[in-house]
Amino acid sequence: MANTIMIRARVKDGVTEVKSLISHPMDTGLVKDKKTGEVIPAHFIKEVVCKWKDKTVMTAYWSGGVSRNPYIAFKFKGASKGDKVELSWKDNKGESDSTTATIE
Amino acid sequence: MINAKRRVVLKGSLSAGAVGVAISSGLLTPQAVLADWPAAAFTAKTVDDGLKDLLGTTKLETSDKIKVKAPDIAENGAVVPVTVEADMDGIQSISIIAAANPTPVIASFDLGPEAVGFVSTRIKMAKTAKVIAVVKARDKLYSAAREVKVTIGGCGG
Repeated sequence: MANTIMIRARVKDGVTEVKSLISHPMDTGLVKDKKTGEVIPAHFIKEVVCKWKDKTVMTAYWSGGVSRNPYIAFKFKGASKGDKVELSWKDNKGESDSTTATIE
Repeated sequence: MINAKRRVVLKGSLSAGAVGVAISSGLLTPQAVLADWPAAAFTAKTVDDGLKDLLGTTKLETSDKIKVKAPDIAENGAVVPVTVEADMDGIQSISIIAAANPTPVIASFDLGPEAVGFVSTRIKMAKTAKVIAVVKARDKLYSAAREVKVTIGGCGG
C-alpha cells in the first residue's frame, strides 16, 4: 500500500492546519452487493494518527461510518514552517500506510 | 436509573432528545478512557448505548461554544461534510454521532495538548437526523447538535 495519502499542512498565525485525503473503500460490512446479493465485508480505517516531533497531536478512531476515500482536517499549535508532520492509518484488515509532509 | 440498558427502537423518535438535552450536574466519572479503538461504541445500535460505551455516560451539557457545521440538506447521504469547532480549553476529544444511523457513533478524535478544537471530516448518514458533536474538555462532556436532512441515504442498499 503506497501513496494512499494526500496531505497538506500549512501554518498561519501559529496554528497549523493539516488536511488529508486517504484512498480507502471504507466498507461498513452492512451493505449488500447489488449484483450478487452478498454482503460486502467490512473494510475500513480504524485509526489515523498524526505526529509532530514525536508528539501525537491527533488520533482519530473511525468506524465504517466515515465516507469512502476519507477526508480529515485538524489543527494544532506550536509548529513552524519546515517542520515535518507524519500521518499514518491502520484498517481492520491490518493494512496501513503513512506519509510525512513538510509544513508550508 | 439503575443500570438498565436502554434499548430504544431505532426510529426517528430517537435523536438528540435523549442526548442533547441531558442535564449534567457537572462532575462526571467517565469510565472509558480512550486508549484504544472503541469497538463497543462503534457497534452500539443506539445513541445512548454508544455514548455509554464511548464516554461512560449519556449525560452531556449542551454548549454554545461548540459549532457543528454541516449542510442543512445533504443530497447524498454517503458523503456529508461535518466540521466541529469548539472554543474551549483543555479539549481531550471530539466525537461525531449521526443519531439515526444503524450504528450512530461514527468517529472520535483524541486531541493532544497542542491540538486546537477543530476537526473536519465526511460521514455517511442513513437518513435525516441530528448530527451530534460531543466534546470532552477537562474531563467534562459538552455537546451540540445540528439537524441534517438527507435526501438519499448513504449506507448503501
